[in-house]
Amino acid sequence: MSISVKVVERPVDDVSYVRATLRGMGSTLKHLFAVNDRVTVQYPEEKSPISPRWRGTHRMLTTETGKAKCVACGLCPTVCPANCIKLVPGEDEEGNRYPLVFEIDEFRCIFCGYCQEVCPEEAIHVGRHYENSEYSREGFVYDLQRLMDQSHPVCEMWDPEDPKGE
Amino acid sequence: MTFFSGVLALLQAADPNQPPVSGTPFFLFTIVKMIVVFTVYMIGVALLTLAERKISAWIQDRHGPNRVGKGWGQPFADGLKNIMKEETMPAGVNKPLFVLAPILSFIPALTAWCVIPFGAPLPTRWGRIDMVVADMPVGFLFILALTSLSVYGIVLAGWSSNNKYALLGGLRSSAQMVSYEISMGMATIPVLLLAGNVSLNTIINQQAWGGWNVVNLTVAFFIFMVAAFAETNRLPFDLPEAESELIAGYHTEYSAMKFSLFFISEYASMVTASALMATLFFGGWDVPFTSHDNIGPYSGWLTLLSIGIFLIKVLFFLFLFMWIRWTLPRFRYDQLMSLGWKFMLPLALGYIILIAAVMLGLSAADIQPGRMYATILGSVNVAIVIILFAILDRGRIISPAYGRMHPREIERMRQVTRRAQLAAEANR
Repeated sequence: MSISVKVVERPVDDVSYVRATLRGMGSTLKHLFAVNDRVTVQYPEEKSPISPRWRGTHRMLTTETGKAKCVACGLCPTVCPANCIKLVPGEDEEGNRYPLVFEIDEFRCIFCGYCQEVCPEEAIHVGRHYENSEYSREGFVYDLQRLMDQSHPVCEMWDPEDPKGE
Repeated sequence: MTFFSGVLALLQAADPNQPPVSGTPFFLFTIVKMIVVFTVYMIGVALLTLAERKISAWIQDRHGPNRVGKGWGQPFADGLKNIMKEETMPAGVNKPLFVLAPILSFIPALTAWCVIPFGAPLPTRWGRIDMVVADMPVGFLFILALTSLSVYGIVLAGWSSNNKYALLGGLRSSAQMVSYEISMGMATIPVLLLAGNVSLNTIINQQAWGGWNVVNLTVAFFIFMVAAFAETNRLPFDLPEAESELIAGYHTEYSAMKFSLFFISEYASMVTASALMATLFFGGWDVPFTSHDNIGPYSGWLTLLSIGIFLIKVLFFLFLFMWIRWTLPRFRYDQLMSLGWKFMLPLALGYIILIAAVMLGLSAADIQPGRMYATILGSVNVAIVIILFAILDRGRIISPAYGRMHPREIERMRQVTRRAQLAAEANR
């Protein structure tokens, strides 16, 4: 195919340099003094709001007695597409199941939120939280105690009845 | 001749009664002036980097640096960082020139400042101290000579880096600076004609009596300002750096303090250019709307006041530099060259002839330099400015990419395009 160069006529009569330059300078000057229009969020001091459906690091909800709501049914490790939940079920004298080991590798997690959706006891949740830095890789494997200790708000799952979240 | 004798009279009137300092006090005061000017200059340059970042941020609706000591400590944090960073020496560089280049670009920018008068003379027990580091009779020529030298630093940096981007940046800068230097020199000739001297103090005194040159010689100021932007490699003439095309242009391979030196020298030459514009066209340290400050008796207060006035003028131009940088986009390279050679240079040459003719006419009509003289010069100037900016505004000077093409060529390209479109449709 031959080369195709689009040649556009210059609209010489509409062109202005001096006036356009001065208008541009006026525009920048207006922004220079528009103190109230500064858009930067001063991050560590002020934080921009996050969605109620934000899916961040996990949180395990507890009963009134302070125990994990988890009954070790094994649904969340089954549904987890990233295979990041490690669950070893246990049973006490009264026959109640509880997790002996419940670990989530937050590095492997893809934050899909399936674990929260599948949980019959509404025990495991993804949280509305994003400041997760750690000094070591091991710090990102959250055990049961750590998941229970988290206090940030949890994600509100998508409701088909109310798709826009109103 | 009447004009020159008039200027001579002005010079004598401007001369204070006290003789300038001499001997050992002169030596000591010069050293003190050097140290003070250098310190103020360097701190000013450091604060300018902060000002640039703040102004750019505000123009873009951001806050700018506000962490290190509310932002005020930012230049010192930057300086510390630059000293601590590794000095890279890429393989294949020409080592002596690579090290020499930042120095060569730094020193002329700094040295040019030494002939610029920054205040009214200070009377002391030992005599009159001129508020200028070196009161050279060749004043302005010295500045022109030194600012031309700064191109060597950039060209050598580009060449010795052994890097194609750096080389292109260096080449561009040499072409750009050589082109605009001519316009810059030509633009100042009307000023020198009016003052009848190249000494900067004479030029300031002439403006104190005859009105600021920006009022009488607006076109010269315009050319000088554009050329100053080109000389300092600031937007819209920052083709030697052109970060979107050449990475960082001539200082692509530089790091740490060597890079910082280029950075400092850019700001230093900005300060020098601002001071020059203030001196040549805005009356230098002359306190506006007063005349007693130029004849004396001088006092310490007057010196302080005039230094303050000069500072305000320089700061205004520095702000203008930044304001324009964050408003206008970069010129294309051929536009830059055609603007310099086809527009600025003929305009400057024509303007010299015009001003010389007007001055000759005024001298023939036996009008002494004074109010009447300035009024006539000013009204001629207004007429020229209106005509010039009307032409400039229509945009026939800065040509589009096909500007130099013959209409037949354009028609041929159109046909090629049309044929290609037809072929594409046939294939479909």
